[in-house]
Amino acid sequence: MIEAQSINKSFENNHVLKDVSVKFQKGHTNLVIGQSGSGKTVLIKCLVGLHEIDSGAIIFDERDFSRMSFKQRKKIRKEIGMLFQGGALFDYMNVEENVGFPLKMFSNKTAKERLDRVNFCLDRVNLSKANKLMPSELSGGMMKRVAIARAIALNPKYLFCDEPNSGLDPQTATVIDNLIYEITHEYDITTVINTHDMNSVMEIGDSISFLYKGELWWEGSKDQIFNTGNKEVDDFVFASELYKKLK
Amino acid sequence: MKLISHLGRYLLLMKEVFVKPDRVKEFFRQILIEIQSLGIDSLGITVIISIFVGAVVAIQTAYNIDTPLIPMSMVGFTARQSIILEFSPTMLSLVLAGKVGSRIASELGTMRVTEQIDALEIMGINPANYLIQPKVFASVIINPVLIIFSIAFALFGGWLACVTTGIVTSNDYIVGLQSWFEPYTVTYALIKTAVFAFIIASVSGYQGYYTRGGALEVGSASTRAVVFSSILIITSNLILTQLLLV
Repeated sequence: MIEAQSINKSFENNHVLKDVSVKFQKGHTNLVIGQSGSGKTVLIKCLVGLHEIDSGAIIFDERDFSRMSFKQRKKIRKEIGMLFQGGALFDYMNVEENVGFPLKMFSNKTAKERLDRVNFCLDRVNLSKANKLMPSELSGGMMKRVAIARAIALNPKYLFCDEPNSGLDPQTATVIDNLIYEITHEYDITTVINTHDMNSVMEIGDSISFLYKGELWWEGSKDQIFNTGNKEVDDFVFASELYKKLK
Repeated sequence: MKLISHLGRYLLLMKEVFVKPDRVKEFFRQILIEIQSLGIDSLGITVIISIFVGAVVAIQTAYNIDTPLIPMSMVGFTARQSIILEFSPTMLSLVLAGKVGSRIASELGTMRVTEQIDALEIMGINPANYLIQPKVFASVIINPVLIIFSIAFALFGGWLACVTTGIVTSNDYIVGLQSWFEPYTVTYALIKTAVFAFIIASVSGYQGYYTRGGALEVGSASTRAVVFSSILIITSNLILTQLLLV
Protein backbone atom coordinates (compact mmCIF):
# COMPACT_ATOMS: atom_id res chain seq x y z
CA MET A 1 0.00 0.00 0.00
CA ILE A 2 1.11 3.56 -0.71
CA GLU A 3 -0.06 6.34 1.53
CA ALA A 4 0.20 10.08 1.06
CA GLN A 5 -0.25 11.88 4.37
CA SER A 6 -1.18 15.57 4.25
CA ILE A 7 1.23 16.40 1.49
CA ASN A 8 1.77 19.94 0.31
CA LYS A 9 3.72 21.08 -2.69
CA SER A 10 4.29 24.60 -4.00
CA PHE A 11 6.23 26.01 -6.92
CA GLU A 12 7.26 29.52 -5.87
CA ASN A 13 3.88 31.15 -5.09
CA ASN A 14 1.77 28.48 -6.74
CA HIS A 15 0.38 26.10 -4.11
CA VAL A 16 -0.26 23.02 -6.28
CA LEU A 17 -1.03 20.28 -3.74
CA LYS A 18 -2.98 21.28 -0.66
CA ASP A 19 -2.92 18.90 2.25
CA VAL A 20 -3.60 15.81 0.13
CA SER A 21 -4.08 12.56 2.05
CA VAL A 22 -4.86 9.44 0.07
CA LYS A 23 -4.28 5.68 0.28
CA PHE A 24 -3.56 3.46 -2.72
CA GLN A 25 -4.42 -0.18 -2.12
CA LYS A 26 -2.30 -3.18 -3.08
CA GLY A 27 -3.63 -5.25 -6.00
CA HIS A 28 -5.88 -2.38 -7.10
CA THR A 29 -5.77 -0.03 -10.04
CA ASN A 30 -5.97 3.26 -8.15
CA LEU A 31 -6.97 6.08 -10.46
CA VAL A 32 -6.23 9.73 -9.80
CA ILE A 33 -8.52 11.84 -11.93
CA GLY A 34 -9.14 15.53 -12.37
CA GLN A 35 -9.00 18.34 -14.88
CA SER A 36 -5.76 19.51 -16.44
CA GLY A 37 -3.89 21.61 -13.88
CA SER A 38 -5.58 19.95 -10.90
CA GLY A 39 -2.23 18.59 -9.65
CA LYS A 40 -2.40 14.96 -10.79
CA THR A 41 1.02 14.87 -12.42
CA VAL A 42 2.60 16.77 -9.54
CA LEU A 43 1.06 14.27 -7.11
CA ILE A 44 2.43 11.27 -9.00
CA LYS A 45 5.85 12.93 -9.33
CA CYS A 46 5.85 13.61 -5.58
CA LEU A 47 4.95 9.98 -4.90
CA VAL A 48 7.91 8.68 -6.90
CA GLY A 49 10.28 11.33 -5.56
CA LEU A 50 10.80 13.35 -8.73
CA HIS A 51 9.46 16.35 -6.78
CA GLU A 52 10.27 16.83 -3.11
CA ILE A 53 7.20 17.55 -1.00
CA ASP A 54 7.11 20.68 1.21
CA SER A 55 5.38 18.91 4.10
CA GLY A 56 3.59 15.66 4.90
CA ALA A 57 4.79 12.12 4.32
CA ILE A 58 4.76 9.43 1.64
CA ILE A 59 4.70 5.90 2.98
CA PHE A 60 5.45 2.79 0.90
CA ASP A 61 4.32 -0.22 2.97
CA GLU A 62 5.26 1.40 6.28
CA ARG A 63 8.52 2.84 4.88
CA ASP A 64 8.67 6.63 4.98
CA PHE A 65 9.93 7.39 1.47
CA SER A 66 9.78 11.16 1.87
CA ARG A 67 12.37 11.22 4.66
CA MET A 68 14.86 8.89 3.01
CA SER A 69 18.18 9.89 1.45
CA PHE A 70 18.90 9.23 -2.25
CA LYS A 71 20.74 6.04 -1.29
CA GLN A 72 17.95 4.77 0.94
CA ARG A 73 15.37 5.53 -1.73
CA LYS A 74 17.30 3.43 -4.21
CA LYS A 75 16.01 0.24 -2.62
CA ILE A 76 12.39 1.32 -2.98
CA ARG A 77 12.97 2.69 -6.45
CA LYS A 78 14.02 -0.76 -7.62
CA GLU A 79 10.53 -1.87 -6.60
CA ILE A 80 8.91 0.87 -8.68
CA GLY A 81 7.95 0.70 -12.34
CA MET A 82 6.76 3.80 -14.10
CA LEU A 83 5.00 4.39 -17.36
CA PHE A 84 5.47 7.94 -18.60
CA GLN A 85 3.08 9.89 -20.78
CA GLY A 86 5.37 9.72 -23.80
CA GLY A 87 6.83 6.32 -22.96
CA ALA A 88 10.28 7.79 -22.12
CA LEU A 89 12.04 4.99 -23.96
CA PHE A 90 15.78 5.51 -24.35
CA ASP A 91 15.95 6.48 -27.99
CA TYR A 92 19.51 5.24 -28.52
CA MET A 93 18.55 1.70 -27.46
CA ASN A 94 16.40 -0.80 -29.31
CA VAL A 95 13.34 -2.41 -27.73
CA GLU A 96 15.29 -5.35 -26.31
CA GLU A 97 17.93 -3.09 -24.75
CA ASN A 98 15.27 -0.78 -23.33
CA VAL A 99 13.41 -3.60 -21.60
CA GLY A 100 16.65 -5.27 -20.50
CA PHE A 101 18.19 -2.06 -19.16
CA PRO A 102 16.88 -2.28 -15.57
CA LEU A 103 17.89 -5.95 -15.49
CA LYS A 104 21.39 -5.10 -16.65
CA MET A 105 21.76 -2.36 -14.05
CA PHE A 106 20.17 -4.07 -11.06
CA SER A 107 20.18 -7.83 -11.41
CA ASN A 108 22.93 -10.38 -11.47
CA LYS A 109 21.31 -12.36 -14.24
CA THR A 110 23.44 -13.70 -17.09
CA ALA A 111 22.92 -12.35 -20.61
CA LYS A 112 20.85 -15.44 -21.47
CA GLU A 113 18.65 -15.07 -18.38
CA ARG A 114 18.18 -11.39 -19.13
CA LEU A 115 17.14 -12.14 -22.69
CA ASP A 116 14.66 -14.74 -21.47
CA ARG A 117 13.13 -12.23 -19.09
CA VAL A 118 13.01 -9.56 -21.80
CA ASN A 119 11.27 -11.96 -24.16
CA PHE A 120 8.83 -12.93 -21.43
CA CYS A 121 7.96 -9.28 -20.74
CA LEU A 122 7.61 -8.49 -24.43
CA ASP A 123 5.39 -11.54 -24.87
CA ARG A 124 3.28 -10.32 -21.98
CA VAL A 125 2.59 -7.05 -23.79
CA ASN A 126 2.09 -8.84 -27.14
CA LEU A 127 5.26 -7.53 -28.76
CA SER A 128 7.18 -10.75 -29.17
CA LYS A 129 8.78 -9.86 -32.50
CA ALA A 130 9.78 -6.28 -31.81
CA ASN A 131 13.15 -6.93 -30.09
CA LYS A 132 15.37 -5.19 -32.61
CA LEU A 133 13.15 -2.24 -33.44
CA MET A 134 14.25 1.25 -32.42
CA PRO A 135 11.80 3.53 -30.55
CA SER A 136 11.53 5.76 -33.64
CA GLU A 137 10.10 2.79 -35.54
CA LEU A 138 7.30 2.18 -33.03
CA SER A 139 3.73 3.47 -33.05
CA GLY A 140 2.37 5.31 -30.00
CA GLY A 141 0.62 2.18 -28.71
CA MET A 142 3.71 0.02 -29.22
CA MET A 143 5.84 2.56 -27.35
CA LYS A 144 3.48 2.41 -24.39
CA ARG A 145 3.57 -1.39 -24.44
CA VAL A 146 7.38 -1.44 -24.54
CA ALA A 147 7.37 1.04 -21.65
CA ILE A 148 5.05 -1.30 -19.71
CA ALA A 149 7.36 -4.23 -20.49
CA ARG A 150 10.32 -2.21 -19.17
CA ALA A 151 8.34 -1.19 -16.10
CA ILE A 152 7.54 -4.80 -15.17
CA ALA A 153 10.98 -6.24 -16.04
CA LEU A 154 12.15 -6.19 -12.42
CA ASN A 155 8.84 -7.49 -11.01
CA PRO A 156 7.88 -4.19 -9.38
CA LYS A 157 5.71 -3.94 -6.28
CA TYR A 158 4.45 -0.52 -7.33
CA LEU A 159 3.45 0.68 -10.78
CA PHE A 160 2.85 4.34 -11.62
CA CYS A 161 1.27 5.37 -14.90
CA ASP A 162 1.12 9.00 -15.97
CA GLU A 163 -1.75 9.38 -18.46
CA PRO A 164 -1.06 5.98 -20.05
CA ASN A 165 -3.46 6.41 -22.95
CA SER A 166 -2.94 10.04 -23.86
CA GLY A 167 -2.47 10.48 -27.59
CA LEU A 168 -3.82 7.03 -28.40
CA ASP A 169 -6.90 6.09 -30.42
CA PRO A 170 -9.79 4.71 -28.30
CA GLN A 171 -9.16 1.12 -29.33
CA THR A 172 -5.44 1.17 -28.48
CA ALA A 173 -6.20 3.10 -25.31
CA THR A 174 -8.48 0.28 -24.19
CA VAL A 175 -5.77 -2.29 -24.97
CA ILE A 176 -3.28 -0.37 -22.80
CA ASP A 177 -5.83 0.08 -20.00
CA ASN A 178 -6.66 -3.61 -19.98
CA LEU A 179 -3.00 -4.56 -20.04
CA ILE A 180 -2.29 -2.43 -16.98
CA TYR A 181 -5.36 -3.84 -15.24
CA GLU A 182 -4.38 -7.46 -15.98
CA ILE A 183 -0.77 -6.94 -14.87
CA THR A 184 -1.89 -5.25 -11.65
CA HIS A 185 -4.11 -8.18 -10.67
CA GLU A 186 -1.80 -10.89 -12.02
CA TYR A 187 1.22 -9.72 -10.01
CA ASP A 188 -0.68 -8.11 -7.11
CA ILE A 189 0.93 -4.71 -7.71
CA THR A 190 -0.07 -1.39 -6.17
CA THR A 191 -0.86 0.60 -9.29
CA VAL A 192 -1.48 4.34 -9.39
CA ILE A 193 -2.81 5.72 -12.65
CA ASN A 194 -3.12 9.37 -13.40
CA THR A 195 -5.76 10.05 -16.06
CA HIS A 196 -8.53 12.34 -17.21
CA ASP A 197 -10.05 9.74 -19.48
CA MET A 198 -13.50 8.67 -18.30
CA ASN A 199 -13.31 5.52 -20.41
CA SER A 200 -10.31 4.41 -18.32
CA VAL A 201 -12.28 5.17 -15.18
CA MET A 202 -15.12 2.95 -16.30
CA GLU A 203 -12.85 0.20 -17.66
CA ILE A 204 -10.27 -0.27 -14.93
CA GLY A 205 -10.99 2.02 -11.96
CA ASP A 206 -10.89 -0.16 -8.84
CA SER A 207 -10.67 2.93 -6.68
CA ILE A 208 -10.80 6.55 -7.76
CA SER A 209 -9.49 9.76 -6.23
CA PHE A 210 -10.69 13.05 -7.67
CA LEU A 211 -8.39 16.05 -7.40
CA TYR A 212 -9.78 19.55 -7.73
CA LYS A 213 -7.50 22.59 -7.67
CA GLY A 214 -4.85 20.70 -5.76
CA GLU A 215 -7.20 19.25 -3.12
CA LEU A 216 -8.50 15.73 -2.76
CA TRP A 217 -12.16 16.40 -3.47
CA TRP A 218 -13.73 12.96 -3.61
CA GLU A 219 -12.83 9.26 -3.25
CA GLY A 220 -14.83 6.20 -4.23
CA SER A 221 -15.35 3.48 -6.80
CA LYS A 222 -16.43 3.57 -10.43
CA ASP A 223 -19.90 2.47 -9.38
CA GLN A 224 -20.26 5.47 -7.08
CA ILE A 225 -18.86 8.13 -9.38
CA PHE A 226 -22.16 8.78 -11.19
CA ASN A 227 -24.00 9.53 -7.96
CA THR A 228 -21.61 11.59 -5.90
CA GLY A 229 -23.90 14.61 -5.57
CA ASN A 230 -20.75 16.68 -5.85
CA LYS A 231 -20.90 19.49 -8.39
CA GLU A 232 -17.18 19.49 -9.30
CA VAL A 233 -17.11 15.71 -9.77
CA ASP A 234 -20.30 15.83 -11.85
CA ASP A 235 -18.88 18.62 -14.01
CA PHE A 236 -15.86 16.43 -14.73
CA VAL A 237 -17.69 13.13 -15.21
CA PHE A 238 -20.51 14.49 -17.34
CA ALA A 239 -18.40 16.80 -19.45
CA SER A 240 -18.88 14.69 -22.58
CA GLU A 241 -22.18 14.33 -24.45
CA LEU A 242 -21.97 10.54 -24.13
CA TYR A 243 -21.93 10.57 -20.35
CA LYS A 244 -24.59 13.29 -20.22
CA LYS A 245 -26.85 10.97 -22.21
CA LEU A 246 -25.96 8.08 -19.90
CA LYS A 247 -26.96 10.20 -16.96
CA MET B 1 23.74 36.86 -8.72
CA LYS B 2 22.62 34.65 -11.60
CA LEU B 3 26.23 33.74 -12.34
CA ILE B 4 26.82 32.66 -8.72
CA SER B 5 23.60 30.64 -8.79
CA HIS B 6 24.73 28.88 -11.99
CA LEU B 7 28.16 28.24 -10.51
CA GLY B 8 26.59 26.73 -7.39
CA ARG B 9 24.27 24.52 -9.41
CA TYR B 10 27.14 23.45 -11.66
CA LEU B 11 29.27 22.46 -8.66
CA LEU B 12 26.37 20.56 -7.08
CA LEU B 13 25.85 18.71 -10.36
CA MET B 14 29.55 17.84 -10.52
CA LYS B 15 29.26 16.44 -7.00
CA GLU B 16 26.54 14.10 -8.28
CA VAL B 17 28.51 13.29 -11.43
CA PHE B 18 31.77 12.28 -9.77
CA VAL B 19 30.66 9.41 -7.57
CA LYS B 20 31.32 5.72 -8.04
CA PRO B 21 29.25 4.43 -10.99
CA ASP B 22 26.39 2.01 -10.26
CA ARG B 23 27.89 -0.58 -12.60
CA VAL B 24 31.60 -0.21 -13.31
CA LYS B 25 31.47 -2.56 -16.33
CA GLU B 26 28.62 -0.54 -17.85
CA PHE B 27 30.55 2.67 -17.12
CA PHE B 28 33.56 1.49 -19.14
CA ARG B 29 31.27 0.39 -21.96
CA GLN B 30 29.70 3.86 -21.97
CA ILE B 31 33.15 5.48 -22.09
CA LEU B 32 34.01 3.47 -25.21
CA ILE B 33 30.72 4.46 -26.84
CA GLU B 34 31.35 8.12 -26.02
CA ILE B 35 34.94 7.94 -27.27
CA GLN B 36 33.49 6.77 -30.57
CA SER B 37 30.72 9.37 -30.80
CA LEU B 38 32.51 12.38 -29.30
CA GLY B 39 36.05 11.67 -30.44
CA ILE B 40 36.47 9.31 -33.37
CA ASP B 41 33.53 10.91 -35.18
CA SER B 42 35.29 14.28 -34.87
CA LEU B 43 38.46 13.04 -36.55
CA GLY B 44 37.31 14.08 -40.03
CA ILE B 45 36.66 17.71 -39.16
CA THR B 46 39.89 17.78 -37.11
CA VAL B 47 41.97 16.62 -40.06
CA ILE B 48 40.34 18.98 -42.59
CA ILE B 49 40.59 22.09 -40.40
CA SER B 50 44.14 21.27 -39.32
CA ILE B 51 45.49 20.79 -42.85
CA PHE B 52 44.04 24.07 -44.08
CA VAL B 53 44.96 26.15 -41.05
CA GLY B 54 48.49 24.67 -41.06
CA ALA B 55 48.81 25.67 -44.72
CA VAL B 56 47.56 29.21 -44.03
CA VAL B 57 49.90 29.66 -41.05
CA ALA B 58 52.88 28.61 -43.19
CA ILE B 59 51.96 30.88 -46.11
CA GLN B 60 51.30 33.88 -43.84
CA THR B 61 54.61 33.37 -42.02
CA ALA B 62 56.50 33.14 -45.30
CA TYR B 63 54.70 36.27 -46.54
CA ASN B 64 55.86 38.22 -43.49
CA ILE B 65 59.51 37.27 -43.87
CA ASP B 66 60.73 39.95 -46.25
CA THR B 67 64.37 40.19 -45.27
CA PRO B 68 67.12 37.82 -46.43
CA LEU B 69 68.59 38.02 -42.90
CA ILE B 70 65.91 35.67 -41.62
CA PRO B 71 66.34 32.15 -42.96
CA MET B 72 63.29 30.59 -44.65
CA SER B 73 63.55 27.68 -42.23
CA MET B 74 61.89 30.08 -39.76
CA VAL B 75 58.63 29.34 -41.57
CA GLY B 76 58.74 25.75 -40.33
CA PHE B 77 59.81 26.83 -36.85
CA THR B 78 57.08 29.50 -36.53
CA ALA B 79 54.38 27.24 -37.95
CA ARG B 80 55.34 24.49 -35.48
CA GLN B 81 55.31 26.83 -32.49
CA SER B 82 51.97 28.44 -33.46
CA ILE B 83 50.34 25.11 -34.14
CA ILE B 84 51.55 23.29 -31.01
CA LEU B 85 51.17 26.17 -28.59
CA GLU B 86 47.95 27.72 -29.75
CA PHE B 87 46.20 26.55 -32.87
CA SER B 88 45.76 22.87 -32.15
CA PRO B 89 44.89 22.96 -28.43
CA THR B 90 42.86 26.17 -28.33
CA MET B 91 41.37 26.72 -31.76
CA LEU B 92 40.52 23.10 -32.23
CA SER B 93 38.99 22.92 -28.76
CA LEU B 94 36.78 25.86 -29.75
CA VAL B 95 35.72 23.93 -32.84
CA LEU B 96 35.04 20.86 -30.69
CA ALA B 97 33.05 23.03 -28.26
CA GLY B 98 30.77 23.73 -31.20
CA LYS B 99 30.56 20.18 -32.46
CA VAL B 100 30.77 18.07 -29.31
CA GLY B 101 29.34 20.61 -26.84
CA SER B 102 26.17 21.17 -28.84
CA ARG B 103 25.79 17.43 -29.29
CA ILE B 104 26.07 16.74 -25.54
CA ALA B 105 23.68 19.55 -24.60
CA SER B 106 21.07 18.62 -27.18
CA GLU B 107 21.30 14.91 -26.34
CA LEU B 108 20.82 15.50 -22.62
CA GLY B 109 18.26 18.26 -23.20
CA THR B 110 16.17 15.97 -25.37
CA MET B 111 16.45 13.20 -22.78
CA ARG B 112 15.27 15.67 -20.14
CA VAL B 113 12.24 16.99 -22.02
CA THR B 114 11.17 13.50 -23.11
CA GLU B 115 11.38 12.32 -19.47
CA GLN B 116 14.16 9.80 -20.18
CA ILE B 117 16.24 11.31 -17.36
CA ASP B 118 13.23 11.04 -15.02
CA ALA B 119 12.90 7.38 -16.07
CA LEU B 120 16.52 6.75 -15.08
CA GLU B 121 16.01 8.47 -11.74
CA ILE B 122 12.91 6.44 -10.95
CA MET B 123 14.81 3.23 -11.70
CA GLY B 124 17.18 4.23 -8.90
CA ILE B 125 20.03 5.25 -11.21
CA ASN B 126 21.93 8.49 -10.60
CA PRO B 127 21.28 10.07 -14.03
CA ALA B 128 23.97 12.74 -13.71
CA ASN B 129 26.57 10.09 -12.97
CA TYR B 130 25.33 7.65 -15.59
CA LEU B 131 25.01 10.18 -18.40
CA ILE B 132 27.62 12.88 -17.80
CA GLN B 133 30.57 11.08 -16.20
CA PRO B 134 31.37 8.85 -19.23
CA LYS B 135 31.19 11.89 -21.52
CA VAL B 136 33.64 13.83 -19.34
CA PHE B 137 36.08 10.92 -19.09
CA ALA B 138 35.78 10.12 -22.80
CA SER B 139 36.43 13.74 -23.77
CA VAL B 140 39.42 14.08 -21.44
CA ILE B 141 40.87 10.86 -22.91
CA ILE B 142 40.13 11.36 -26.61
CA ASN B 143 40.55 15.12 -27.13
CA PRO B 144 44.32 15.05 -26.48
CA VAL B 145 44.55 12.24 -29.04
CA LEU B 146 42.66 14.41 -31.52
CA ILE B 147 45.04 17.25 -30.80
CA ILE B 148 48.04 15.03 -31.57
CA PHE B 149 46.41 14.24 -34.92
CA SER B 150 45.67 17.91 -35.40
CA ILE B 151 49.31 18.91 -34.78
CA ALA B 152 50.55 16.27 -37.21
CA PHE B 153 48.10 17.20 -39.96
CA ALA B 154 48.57 20.95 -39.48
CA LEU B 155 52.34 20.58 -39.82
CA PHE B 156 51.75 18.42 -42.87
CA GLY B 157 49.39 21.08 -44.27
CA GLY B 158 52.10 23.71 -43.79
CA TRP B 159 54.63 21.54 -45.60
CA LEU B 160 52.16 20.88 -48.42
CA ALA B 161 51.50 24.61 -48.86
CA CYS B 162 55.22 25.43 -48.89
CA VAL B 163 56.10 22.72 -51.39
CA THR B 164 53.16 23.25 -53.75
CA THR B 165 53.50 27.04 -53.86
CA GLY B 166 57.29 26.92 -53.87
CA ILE B 167 57.69 29.71 -51.28
CA VAL B 168 59.81 27.53 -49.01
CA THR B 169 61.69 24.40 -49.94
CA SER B 170 60.77 21.12 -48.32
CA ASN B 171 64.22 20.94 -46.76
CA ASP B 172 64.01 24.43 -45.22
CA TYR B 173 60.58 23.72 -43.79
CA ILE B 174 61.67 20.42 -42.21
CA VAL B 175 64.86 21.98 -40.81
CA GLY B 176 62.67 24.68 -39.26
CA LEU B 177 60.33 22.12 -37.76
CA GLN B 178 63.27 20.41 -36.05
CA SER B 179 64.94 23.59 -34.78
CA TRP B 180 64.94 24.36 -31.04
CA PHE B 181 62.22 21.85 -30.35
CA GLU B 182 61.16 21.62 -26.71
CA PRO B 183 59.06 18.53 -25.91
CA TYR B 184 57.45 20.47 -23.02
CA THR B 185 55.42 22.48 -25.54
CA VAL B 186 53.59 19.30 -26.48
CA THR B 187 52.98 18.50 -22.80
CA TYR B 188 51.64 22.03 -22.37
CA ALA B 189 49.32 21.55 -25.36
CA LEU B 190 48.03 18.24 -24.01
CA ILE B 191 47.41 19.63 -20.52
CA LYS B 192 45.49 22.56 -22.00
CA THR B 193 43.46 20.23 -24.20
CA ALA B 194 42.53 17.97 -21.28
CA VAL B 195 41.31 20.98 -19.28
CA PHE B 196 39.36 22.31 -22.26
CA ALA B 197 37.85 18.86 -22.81
CA PHE B 198 36.64 18.81 -19.21
CA ILE B 199 35.11 22.26 -19.67
CA ILE B 200 33.35 21.29 -22.91
CA ALA B 201 31.85 18.06 -21.56
CA SER B 202 30.89 19.29 -18.09
CA VAL B 203 29.52 22.71 -19.09
CA SER B 204 27.55 21.25 -21.99
CA GLY B 205 26.35 18.44 -19.74
CA TYR B 206 25.18 21.02 -17.21
CA GLN B 207 23.33 23.03 -19.85
CA GLY B 208 21.61 19.94 -21.27
CA TYR B 209 20.83 18.34 -17.92
CA TYR B 210 18.85 21.31 -16.61
CA THR B 211 16.88 21.96 -19.79
CA ARG B 212 13.22 22.70 -19.14
CA GLY B 213 10.45 22.94 -21.71
CA GLY B 214 10.52 21.60 -25.25
CA ALA B 215 12.37 21.63 -28.55
CA LEU B 216 13.00 25.39 -28.46
CA GLU B 217 14.66 25.16 -25.05
CA VAL B 218 16.80 22.24 -26.22
CA GLY B 219 18.08 24.49 -29.01
CA SER B 220 18.75 27.31 -26.53
CA ALA B 221 20.59 24.92 -24.19
CA SER B 222 22.73 23.77 -27.08
CA THR B 223 23.60 27.37 -28.01
CA ARG B 224 24.36 28.27 -24.39
CA ALA B 225 26.61 25.21 -24.10
CA VAL B 226 28.72 26.38 -27.04
CA VAL B 227 28.85 30.01 -25.89
CA PHE B 228 29.75 29.27 -22.24
CA SER B 229 32.24 26.54 -23.17
CA SER B 230 33.97 28.89 -25.63
CA ILE B 231 34.16 31.74 -23.11
CA LEU B 232 35.55 29.41 -20.45
CA ILE B 233 38.08 27.93 -22.88
CA ILE B 234 39.38 31.38 -23.81
CA THR B 235 39.54 32.47 -20.17
CA SER B 236 41.20 29.33 -18.90
CA ASN B 237 43.61 29.45 -21.86
CA LEU B 238 45.00 32.71 -20.49
CA ILE B 239 45.24 31.34 -16.95
CA LEU B 240 46.88 28.07 -18.05
CA THR B 241 49.35 29.87 -20.28
CA GLN B 242 50.35 32.08 -17.39
CA LEU B 243 50.66 29.08 -15.07
CA LEU B 244 52.43 26.69 -17.41
CA LEU B 245 54.63 28.84 -19.64
CA VAL B 246 55.62 31.92 -17.72
